Formats: sequence, structure tokens, C-alpha cells
Amino acid sequence: MTLLRKGAEANIYLENWHGLKVILKKRLPKKYRIQELDSMIRKLRTIREVQLIHDAKLIGVSTPLLYSVDLEKKTIIMKHIEGLRVKEALNAPDFLEKEKLCFNVGNLIGKLHNAGIMHGDLTTSNMILSKDKIFLLDLGLGEHSTDLEDRGVDLLLIKRALQSEHCIFFKKGFNALIAGYQEVVGDKAAKEVTKRLKEIESRGRYMLRRDM
Amino acid sequence: MTPKIYCLGVESTAHTFGVGIASSDLEILVDVKSVYKPPLGQGIHPKDAAQHHCKEAPSVLYQALKKFGYKPDLIDAIAFSLGPGLGPALRTGATVARAIATWLAKPLIPVHHAIGHIELASLLTGSKDPLVLLVSGGHTTITAFVEGRWRVFGETEDITLGNLLDVFAREASLPSPGGSSVESFAKKGVEFIDLPYVVKGNDVSFSGILTAVKEKFEGDYRLEDICFSLQEVAFSMLTEAFERALAYTEKKEVLLVGGVAANKRLQQMIQEVSEEHDAAFFVVPKKYSGDCGAQIAWTGVLAHQSGVYIDVEKSFINSKWRLDEVNSPWRVG
Repeated sequence: MTLLRKGAEANIYLENWHGLKVILKKRLPKKYRIQELDSMIRKLRTIREVQLIHDAKLIGVSTPLLYSVDLEKKTIIMKHIEGLRVKEALNAPDFLEKEKLCFNVGNLIGKLHNAGIMHGDLTTSNMILSKDKIFLLDLGLGEHSTDLEDRGVDLLLIKRALQSEHCIFFKKGFNALIAGYQEVVGDKAAKEVTKRLKEIESRGRYMLRRDM
Repeated sequence: MTPKIYCLGVESTAHTFGVGIASSDLEILVDVKSVYKPPLGQGIHPKDAAQHHCKEAPSVLYQALKKFGYKPDLIDAIAFSLGPGLGPALRTGATVARAIATWLAKPLIPVHHAIGHIELASLLTGSKDPLVLLVSGGHTTITAFVEGRWRVFGETEDITLGNLLDVFAREASLPSPGGSSVESFAKKGVEFIDLPYVVKGNDVSFSGILTAVKEKFEGDYRLEDICFSLQEVAFSMLTEAFERALAYTEKKEVLLVGGVAANKRLQQMIQEVSEEHDAAFFVVPKKYSGDCGAQIAWTGVLAHQSGVYIDVEKSFINSKWRLDEVNSPWRVG
């Protein structure tokens, strides 16, 4: 078992499972919570992640194939998606279709929002570009919602990620993303969400550190 | 060398009418207050709080000046809580502050109540650039100083933590202050009762818990277990949101302030996540955790040094003043 990534919520391991190369995601206990509550929360989030991975597939958004879920150990075993993280693709000098990729990311977020699925943790690290498909990961903080505010926050999360990880390309990238989003949700909805996005930003929260 | 500055501060945002005097030599010289206690089982009615403040103001002010050796002429500026808070209560303090400023012909300084909490706690703990958790009856806010202002990185979407504890304590006829009653009952809790755990990004929502604990109280549960579960769920939610903000801002200091900061279990949880992120943990001393004039007086000293004043004619209170609308030119960041 190799540790690939240490997240705030979970650790990600690469593992051999019955001869398959798989990803094992394990939600770790939090010391500050009493054991009973902690176990319950990790269980709920594991269930939520699995459900949303499934729901996303139904609306044509690619997510990893699920192999096994263990609610006692709070682990999910899923297919290992070969490819580049969108973050890496956007930073790679030899990757030329950056704007198209952002357009497609916008498209994908639009599909989720049309179906009332909020991702809750959208970053360019949570998406993998595999051949021509974008796979969406880390849906454990997501939820079903049609609230304008939730959609605004979701878009703001990805905007913030683009801003901090891909500053130089940010403007073009974000415009392309919004264009992709608009294509799926329609002009009116896109306008409403981007307007709310600005409002949320003007409240002064979710702002970037200068050194990022 | 700049001469020593004295500032008198008036606090009246909610149940407390307080007068404090602080100096630019980092001293809190005077801190006098009178706290309005509503009848058992009732909340603070803004009008009653204001009446209490009107009645108590002369004697609180008199005691403060007495402790200062009856030397009002030494005072260089008058600061007061401009907001946020209960309108009628704020107006009482503002009236007192305007009167003193006019009488002494000294400048009037508007102070944001939350910044008062943070600045006094910073002075007393030595914390320089913290991620702050402000938890009281009026606030539940995760904030850090970025680009000239206290920016909000997370907050309650509905009622505050102090409000949650107070309202439940009242429902359960526990003596005031509600928060410490709940804390002492919680220590004897053993059985965990499931309550709504709502964290949205960096925000929390407590109204679901309040409804649930009221129902549990009517049902067949021990009060100790309800208090225990109430604390565990509400504090865990807040700690989770706080941990996310800490990971995001990468601050190396943590400062816990406000009335609920006195709660030992909350302190323990916030200290644990602070240590996990290698951040130094500071908590406001209990004596100054609640609302008091010293918070306003000390912030007034800082504001005076930066030339932040307000004309008496324009010194309208702002009961909904948001923290991230206020500049703090004396802070670096």
C-alpha cells in the first residue's frame, strides 16, 4: 500500500486489490471529536461520497468505478484513473489545449448543477484528465441542492483554485470555464450564478492570500 | 517620544454596560461594568437592557473616574461601541460617550465590538497575527487579518454559539449564565445523543441543534446527556470549520476570544487542532472574555494613534456593522 496523498479529510493510497491496481480512500479519525460522533460523521461522508459518485454517472459526468465500500473502516476502493490531474495539465508547458480543457470543466460543473448536485470542494486537483475524459473526484463534501448561493460558492471554489494555482492563465481559463458552464445551464442561469458569485466575493470572504 | 495617551471606552452592545480606561503604555487602568440580568427564563429584551444601562451609566462612569483618581482632564479620547449589537442598548452607550467627548472636548472614536474583543485579547496574550475564533452571544466568527481588514473565513449561518447555549439553558431553566451551566452539566454526561451536525464549507449552522435539544429535553433523556451531546456536536462542527480555515490561511497562531472562550471543552478542541497544524494556541483570560469597557478603551488607544475618529454629529450607531467593512490601519497585514 503506497500513500499517494494526505488530505484534510482522508488519505489516498494506491493498492493492489485482487490483482487490480486500485485507489483506497480512507477517512481518518479526528482527535478532537468523541469517538462515537467521529465515527458517525466519517461514515455519513463515506456514504455521501459513494452516492454522489453514482449520481454523477447517471447524468453523464465521469467518476471512478466503485469496487468496494467499507462503512466500518470508512474506506472506499475505486478504480485507479490513469491520467493527469487537471492542475498538472494546466501547468504543463507542452499541453496546448488549456482553454478547451477549462471549457470542458465548465461544461461538467454545469451538468452537475443542472442536476442539483453541488460538489462542495471543486479544485483543479480533484479532476483527472484521462484521454479525452475528465473524471471528477472527492465528492464527500457535496450535496444535493438547487440553491443559488450553493451554486455560486461552488463556482467560487473553482475560481479560487484557478486564481491560486494558475495565475497567469487565470483570466482566459476562467472565461473559458464560464463559457462552458453557460453552454450547459443556459444564459439566464449562468448570469444569475455569476452575479451571485460576485456578491459572495464582495462580502470579502474566500479571498486569496497575497502570496498564493 | 510620543506622549502617553489615555482613552476612555464605553461598551453597551448587549447586556453589559462598561467603562474602561487604557493607556498607550499597554495598560488597562480601569474596567468597571454592570451586567443586565433578565428575569429567570427570559432573554434580553433590548429595551430593558437599554433601561438598565441608562440607570447604571452614571454610577459605572463615576466609579471608573474614581479609580482613575478623578482626573478626567488626562483623558485624550473617548471610544465607544458603534456596533454591532442591540440598537437601544448601543444608543445608550453612544449617548454617554458623545456627552463625555463634548464635555471634555476630546475626539470621539468608533469601535467595532468584535475588534474590541480581538485587540484586548491580543494585548493580553501577546498574539500577533492569529486566526481568531470569536464565540459569544453576538458572534460566531472565524477571522484573520488580511489586507487591512479582519476578513471572515467562516461564520454561523443562523444563531450564534452563545445564543444556542443561552436559549437552551433558559428552556431547561438552568441558572444564568447559561453557557457555564451547560458546561457543568455536560461534565456529568455519559450517553451521546445524536444531534444535527451541519458544516457547510467553512460555515456552521446551529438552529437545527437548538430545535433538536429542545425536543430531547421534553423527551426521556437526562439533562446531563443532552448538555454533553449539545457541546460535543456544536463544538466539533466549529472545530472542523476552524481547522479548514487554519489549513487554508496557514496562520501560525490561534486566538480564542469571546464569552464562550471560557469553556474548557471548546478550548481543548481548538488547542488540539492548533497543535496539529503547528500553530501557537492563545485564549483570552477569563476575566476579559466577556464584554467590557477595557476592550473598547484599548482599541480606542490604537485607533487614536492612527487618527481614526468620528464626528459627534455623524456618530450614528450601526447595529449590523460587519467586521469585514472595518479598516484597522494600526495593524500590519
